Amino acid sequence: MNVRELETTANDVRKTIIEAIYNAGSGHPGGSLSAADILTALYFQVMDIDPEAPDKKDRDRLVLSKGHGAPALYAVLAERGYFSREKVLTLRKPDSDFQGHPDMRKVPGVDMSTGSLGQGFSVAGGMAMGLRAEGSENRVYAILGDGELQEGIVWEAAMSAGHYGLDNLTAFVDWNGLQIDGKNEDVMKVAPIGEKFAAFGWNVLSIDGHDMQEIIDACEEAKKCKGKPTVVIAATVKGKGISFMENQAGWHGKAPNDDEFTKAMEELEGQGVQS
Amino acid sequence: MTEMIATRDAYGKALVELGETYTDLIVMDGDLSGSTKTKEFAKVYPDRFFNMGIAEQNLYGAAAGIALTGKRVCASTFAMFASGRAFEIIRNSIGYTGANVKICATHGGITVGEDGASHQTFEDIALMRTVPGMTVIVPGDGVSADKLVKAAVAMDGPVYMRLGRSKIPVVYDGSENISIGKANKLREGKDLSIIADGIMVNEGLKAAEMLKADGIEASVTDMHTVKPLDEEAVLEEAGKTGRILVAEEHSVIGGLGSAVADLLIREMPVKAAFIGQQDCYGRSGKPDQLLSMYHMTAEDIVSKTKELAG
Repeated sequence: MNVRELETTANDVRKTIIEAIYNAGSGHPGGSLSAADILTALYFQVMDIDPEAPDKKDRDRLVLSKGHGAPALYAVLAERGYFSREKVLTLRKPDSDFQGHPDMRKVPGVDMSTGSLGQGFSVAGGMAMGLRAEGSENRVYAILGDGELQEGIVWEAAMSAGHYGLDNLTAFVDWNGLQIDGKNEDVMKVAPIGEKFAAFGWNVLSIDGHDMQEIIDACEEAKKCKGKPTVVIAATVKGKGISFMENQAGWHGKAPNDDEFTKAMEELEGQGVQS
Repeated sequence: MTEMIATRDAYGKALVELGETYTDLIVMDGDLSGSTKTKEFAKVYPDRFFNMGIAEQNLYGAAAGIALTGKRVCASTFAMFASGRAFEIIRNSIGYTGANVKICATHGGITVGEDGASHQTFEDIALMRTVPGMTVIVPGDGVSADKLVKAAVAMDGPVYMRLGRSKIPVVYDGSENISIGKANKLREGKDLSIIADGIMVNEGLKAAEMLKADGIEASVTDMHTVKPLDEEAVLEEAGKTGRILVAEEHSVIGGLGSAVADLLIREMPVKAAFIGQQDCYGRSGKPDQLLSMYHMTAEDIVSKTKELAG
């Protein structure tokens, strides 16, 4: 896929995110939209995966450590052919497998059940250790929120991944600057991030998390870096793609009403036509 | 003289044998490998051992990750830190995913001894019992610990195994069939049923001998698997003697006693009494002194039977 095609796909992913959360009447649009481009680039361009064989042993893994971004993961997996888009639209319903936070035992293609922040990152480190012990060439990707970095286990995991030089692990920090209660810097300052990871022995890259080419290039650079795990600090916009949701902490965990849904879909349709 | 083996030592030895049987076995620890005895495995299979440092949350998160790539994992630290510190990681990343991780936690209960209250956990069984899909095992001697560790590693899915620090008397001769989920009746008796796990199995046997002198015939059952509980074995005893005494080196809240009580109240209410830590913290001291102070000895079992009289 070229960059333009990836962008179009990401726009379709955003439509599914909004429609699923609107149907559910609850969910997390802000952080789903900010991670949509990273997830699209990974599943359509970067990762070694097979939607026909979601559990095959020799595959790359992705752990959405910020599990509340589940709608984005489901939407990307649907676009990639793991299951139909209609299934994603059952999000959060009692008879649906598409839980508010991802359940690996219910949804094909989901490599780890997440939701409790910080744990997915720790598990991703373990997966990288397990693959390496096997002599596997496959890689592990983790996506973390910036607020999530406030969890202590994140730094335990960062320490051990650095200690064991897990160069088959690439972590993205979806740095949108906002969390439920407001700005990171007001709630609990996590910056500077790069220096912290570097101090634990990580290769640190910084990119625009909405630029497909930069996302892909960062992953290629991470593959080339030997002896260190790589963290990609991806500057993003919370609510990216929907004008009235962008950079608003209030859209962290709230579903759009009828009018907001119509307006959001119109904006996304417009962006689709432009591309 | 009765042979004395700490269940943690049996664990360390079993791991070395298991390392040969299962080439996919990975062992992990949190800077306590000398105490938990995982060091025995690390010496023989250094490439399959990971020390995760003093970071129990990441120990169990990473254990889940390794297991989810298709390996079987034994991850050890002290019972306090495994079950307490890492509880929610175990619940969400191991229990919820069904990851093939054996949480082999040593230094459970009061017999940790001199390290005192901060290291003596009486809550671990209660916590681990509540995790759906978790198998919970408390071996009562070195021989059964060996067999139960091997059975746990052979099975797929999460297991919490509580092991002890102190050397304790061997109860089994090794010829017995000991399997997960199946209680072992060690002594027959028509008047009273003692159901125990861990170090209290041997105390139960001692108590039964003492009770015999008073003309009371007490049966003794080793309920090494707390979850899934061998309900049939409990109900058979309840039906036979109508008097159940549960003894464990754990809080009387939430452990084996609670598991047995839950069953009895549902299926066959009979007289029951409970020996265990009485909802309080421990203190420093020698294991034997502490067992006496906190009323978890054969003598305490004997005096407790009075509650069941009539």
